[in-house]
Amino acid sequence: MKLWFKSGSPWVWMTAGAVSVSLISVIGLLLLIASRGLSYFWPADIHQFDIVTQSGANKTIIGEIYEKEQVPTQQLVESGVLFKEAQGETVERFLIKTGNREYVDLDFQWLLTTYIKQESTPTGLAVFERSKNGNFYGYLDSIVQDGKVITDNKNELLIELIDRAVELNDKALDLQNGEIGAINYEFERLRLKQRKHELDGDLTDQIKLDITAQRDALQAEYLTYEKQLFEYRNLAKRDTVIVKDMRGELVTLPLNYILDVIFPNDMSTIEKVGQFGKQIGKFIVDDPREANTEGGVFPAIFGTVFMVMLMAVIVTPFGVIAAVYLHEYAGNGAITKIIRISVINLAGVPSIVYGVFGLGFFVYMFGGSIDQLFYPEALPGPTFGTPGMLWSALTLAILTLPVVIVSTEEGLSRIPGSLRQGSLALGATKAETLWRIVIPMASPAIMTGLILAVARAAGEVAPLMLVGVVKMAPTLPLDGNFPFVHLDRKFMHLGFHIYDVGFQSPNVEAARPLVYATSFLLVSVIVALNITAIGIRNHLREKYKALDH
Amino acid sequence: MSRTSDNALKTESTRLLKDKVAKYGVTAGGIMVLCALLLIFFYLLYIVKPVFNAAEIEPITNIEKLTQTYASVAVEEQNEIAFALTEKGLIDFYALTGDKAGQLILSENIPETSEITAFDASAPQKGLYGYINDQSELLITKPDFRVTFPNDKRQLMPYMSYPFGESAIPLDTESLFTINSFSFATDEESIGLIHQHSDSKVFFTKLEGEEDMFTEEIEWTSSSTELTQVNGNILHTLVSPDLSRAFIITTNQLYVFNTRDSSDVSLLYNVNLIAKLNSNIKVTAANLLAGANSVIVGFSNGVLEQWFETNSDQGRDFVKVRQFELSGEAKGSAVQAIYPEFYRRTFLATTESGHINLFHTTSEAELWQGKLADGKIDSLAFSPRSNAVISIANDTLNISKVENEHPEVTWSGLWQEVWYEGYPEADYVWQSSSASDDFESKFSLVPISFGTLKAAMYAMLFAVPIGLSAAIYTAYFMAPNVRKFVKPTVEIMEALPTVILGFLAGLWLAPVIEEHLPGVVLLLILLPISILLTAFAWHNLPQKIKNAVPQGWDSIVLLPVVVIVSYVSFGLSPLVEEWLFDGNTRLYITNELGITFDQRNSLIVGIAMGFAVIPTIFSIAEDAVFSVPKTLSNGSLALGATQWQTLVKVVLLTASPGIFSAVMMGLGRAVGETMIVLMATGNTPIMDWSIFEGMRTLSANIAVEMPESEVGSSHYRILFLAAFVLFIFTFVVNTIAEFVRQRLREKYSSL
Repeated sequence: MKLWFKSGSPWVWMTAGAVSVSLISVIGLLLLIASRGLSYFWPADIHQFDIVTQSGANKTIIGEIYEKEQVPTQQLVESGVLFKEAQGETVERFLIKTGNREYVDLDFQWLLTTYIKQESTPTGLAVFERSKNGNFYGYLDSIVQDGKVITDNKNELLIELIDRAVELNDKALDLQNGEIGAINYEFERLRLKQRKHELDGDLTDQIKLDITAQRDALQAEYLTYEKQLFEYRNLAKRDTVIVKDMRGELVTLPLNYILDVIFPNDMSTIEKVGQFGKQIGKFIVDDPREANTEGGVFPAIFGTVFMVMLMAVIVTPFGVIAAVYLHEYAGNGAITKIIRISVINLAGVPSIVYGVFGLGFFVYMFGGSIDQLFYPEALPGPTFGTPGMLWSALTLAILTLPVVIVSTEEGLSRIPGSLRQGSLALGATKAETLWRIVIPMASPAIMTGLILAVARAAGEVAPLMLVGVVKMAPTLPLDGNFPFVHLDRKFMHLGFHIYDVGFQSPNVEAARPLVYATSFLLVSVIVALNITAIGIRNHLREKYKALDH
Repeated sequence: MSRTSDNALKTESTRLLKDKVAKYGVTAGGIMVLCALLLIFFYLLYIVKPVFNAAEIEPITNIEKLTQTYASVAVEEQNEIAFALTEKGLIDFYALTGDKAGQLILSENIPETSEITAFDASAPQKGLYGYINDQSELLITKPDFRVTFPNDKRQLMPYMSYPFGESAIPLDTESLFTINSFSFATDEESIGLIHQHSDSKVFFTKLEGEEDMFTEEIEWTSSSTELTQVNGNILHTLVSPDLSRAFIITTNQLYVFNTRDSSDVSLLYNVNLIAKLNSNIKVTAANLLAGANSVIVGFSNGVLEQWFETNSDQGRDFVKVRQFELSGEAKGSAVQAIYPEFYRRTFLATTESGHINLFHTTSEAELWQGKLADGKIDSLAFSPRSNAVISIANDTLNISKVENEHPEVTWSGLWQEVWYEGYPEADYVWQSSSASDDFESKFSLVPISFGTLKAAMYAMLFAVPIGLSAAIYTAYFMAPNVRKFVKPTVEIMEALPTVILGFLAGLWLAPVIEEHLPGVVLLLILLPISILLTAFAWHNLPQKIKNAVPQGWDSIVLLPVVVIVSYVSFGLSPLVEEWLFDGNTRLYITNELGITFDQRNSLIVGIAMGFAVIPTIFSIAEDAVFSVPKTLSNGSLALGATQWQTLVKVVLLTASPGIFSAVMMGLGRAVGETMIVLMATGNTPIMDWSIFEGMRTLSANIAVEMPESEVGSSHYRILFLAAFVLFIFTFVVNTIAEFVRQRLREKYSSL
């Protein structure tokens, strides 16, 4: 035993334990996010609980079981709960999502299992996904189609009618965001045009008349679209559905607020898997609803991807040039050493400092000057002098510059010197060697750096909070209005979405599954990018090792 | 020569040119990295620097040969029109800019009343002036300005307004004597006055107006109390703008009355301003500062003292907080008058000779001293935006520009304890904004810097042991095929977005740990023990089984052990809780031990941020240990040392600079991390090392407050300063670490 201790072997095991702890925490964290994130999409069974409350009243509660936990009995007794029979150390309780937000006080409630008289998952229970007030749970009673009450074959008919209403709503939304949005954009352009002429001092009556004529034309066009919009909306409002909720009352739900209906208790596992896939799809392509706590995250995905691509375009040339300089041109002098230290420092400066710098330098100083020079007509409203897409991309480009440099340099250093010497010996200049031989060979390494930079940028939130991200952007940075790409616009971002919905939303309990789902999406994108980068790098290392020998 | 070779020469020269261009272009690109770093440094400095600039006062224009003797002077917000009032009810408006600069543009009298006996100006931000006549009737007027746009040009038109009616309000006093002097303050519907009559009796009167339902006229009720407690020669009287306090200053005493309830006016404090009896020193001036919490008292020996009411556990008290002294030529001469700014805690003290000293109370700074004009200053006022002062001396009206953007910030104020208004003692406080205009901002970087270090310390406490041990094992003992799998896993750990770590820490880990606190402690104890037990058991296993598992797989063997131990610890948690802590650890900690317990506390931050820092430490340390030349360790092993001895005595010693730089880099990362601390703590700027309380860090502070700070304000610049401090800190740490690493690399390559 003493000898064993003296050999140091226990300490080796302790260090091995540290590796195990790290591995378990990474894997556990990924599994936690995956399980919580994916269960959000799974159509859970809807339970019906017949309960007897403490006062002896009979009640029915319908909803999804959200969480189960053990509560010490003593704690419950202290808070005033009375038990008829003796209980063990702890009592189980369920957190139940009951939905029906406009008819009950809270759409989540705790239920002690001791109160439950009977629990069942009856068939025919419907879950209505609505565009307002969250989910609705209840039994389908009848459908009112165009004023007629229909009770036969109602499930199929309901799905058909919901599809019709959703289609009409989509048309109305397209009209509103497309044509009507374009008209509003045009109005704003006309206002700015007039203001510009005013500022230039050449606002003649002719121009004024011109602008007024254009405005009138737009107004007329707008009125026709508006009429059509109202028509769509009225058509969508035609049908209603009558549902019996958990209080036993009949509730009329207008179909134009209903997005989907499912009967999870009637579904087979295969159907559930289908529904699961459908939910994931909707999560990715839908717009958020109800202050981001429901619906999808499409604008956040779009904003993240667009910003990251813009950043990649900016950072790649600079990063590659700097790496080429450091590896191919720089000697071993003091300047090279200082530059290397700068690279390390750029990597080590806290990201929030980049945010502060970006806000002050890019947004206020640079953007403010651009506004004064090119957009005086919009002042005092800022165009580029406010946080936006371009500044976010630029800020993150500086932030990720060292990632590209380090990775590219590593790639360059792995290219065997014999290849360079061969090229030079054949009479090529250094620049030609670089351009024709070295850079093409290093391109997978550059790619690796770029992927790592993208992964880093996609997860970075702190600087973006200052230079361009908002919780709700009304328009995407890319649309059908000239000049199509609007780099001055603010945008939504997955990481900020997590922070905002998880910590700033009024109903954190309701929003939490969605945050897990968003986290899962973000983590899987970042992990996939990293694994790709690591794969490319390892492949490259093997290849050059073979070349070297 | 043939044409082809001619061409070849030509292309040769263009090729060489291209080569040159490429060389310089690439070099420029490389240097640009350095420039980017310098740009960040200098830009942050450029924004921060004005905070420490000294104040400037510079005369702009004079209006000479005034015909009236004015008692009070003021200027409107844009510094375009000045106005001056005489004691007898004449108000003159002078244009300061435009075509009529220097001319009298309007002269108006207050509505006719009987003989005026007393005049007073209210606190500057109210802009009110009061007159009392020999019938003891009060009239309040306010010079005001109307903005019009004739021909699209902005024009200011002065006029007189009477917010409390054009007819004088009778003061219902028992005294038959006329009022000699008074001071007043107003809120929405009431007026508070201290007035002294010609028989030297002093009264406090509160006028309360109520609108008559039918006639829509305001009926005034007045209630008066004689302040009999006052002895001596009254020098100055003051009423606070919320009418809750009245101050009377005699040549050696300060009386504070509680006037909140007009039917029960009582003496709260009576303090001796002159400590030594029989001394020649006298009180010569007094005034309320903006916000009306502090009284500044000036003495005949050139000393100024700030007094305010404090509220502590021992009850309320009225105390002297700090003192200032006139400097320059004015040193030692009597303070003639004190003029406060509108909203900030800056004030100006004048002497008989016309010398001016500008001070700020919070920062305890003397901002400027000098002279604007010769001779005694009769009247002076700040402009509402504090960017000008207007004064009258020698029948000349003088306007001076004031550049004093950030008086509240000094280097010492940021890092030392400051005694803020209403606080029982000097303290480090960060409280940057509030709803009211005349709020005293509290910019102490100490609590948030403290929070930064605290968060970093707890993170390092968690990350350094795990990160370093894992790195050592991975680099030195681990089998290559396991290593191939472990290293990418750690890289993925590094790539995990901190926003997700913060979210999990705040919304998942914090409640879990709160509920299973004994489990966490248990895990910390059981884990090392069980690892050792496993190791011992493994040691005693038959050789056959040991051979089945290749060397360097220890951590894989330990994986199930760690999982089981964690599960058991958390499973035992309720039992331990029941057994030791009465079933509720949280209540036990708060009630029995008296320690504040936040759900989102340092423990959570330590674990979450530790998780983020481990990969940084791991990869650098692993690299350092792995690249120790094999010859060294082989030599040691050949001499009969065990693996562990070789590791401790040879490998770690050689790699120690690399390990040091790994820890430094980890520290740099922990100090600057934003999202985790933002989400996993309550973000309260407290100063306490307690593991069960949260903190606010520099980075989280920037993230929270930057979006709402006004560009160019002191707050904005101090947030830049916070960023600058972070920048410098990480710069120093990273530079040291990188320098050590470069040295180490050179050493290895020579070995």
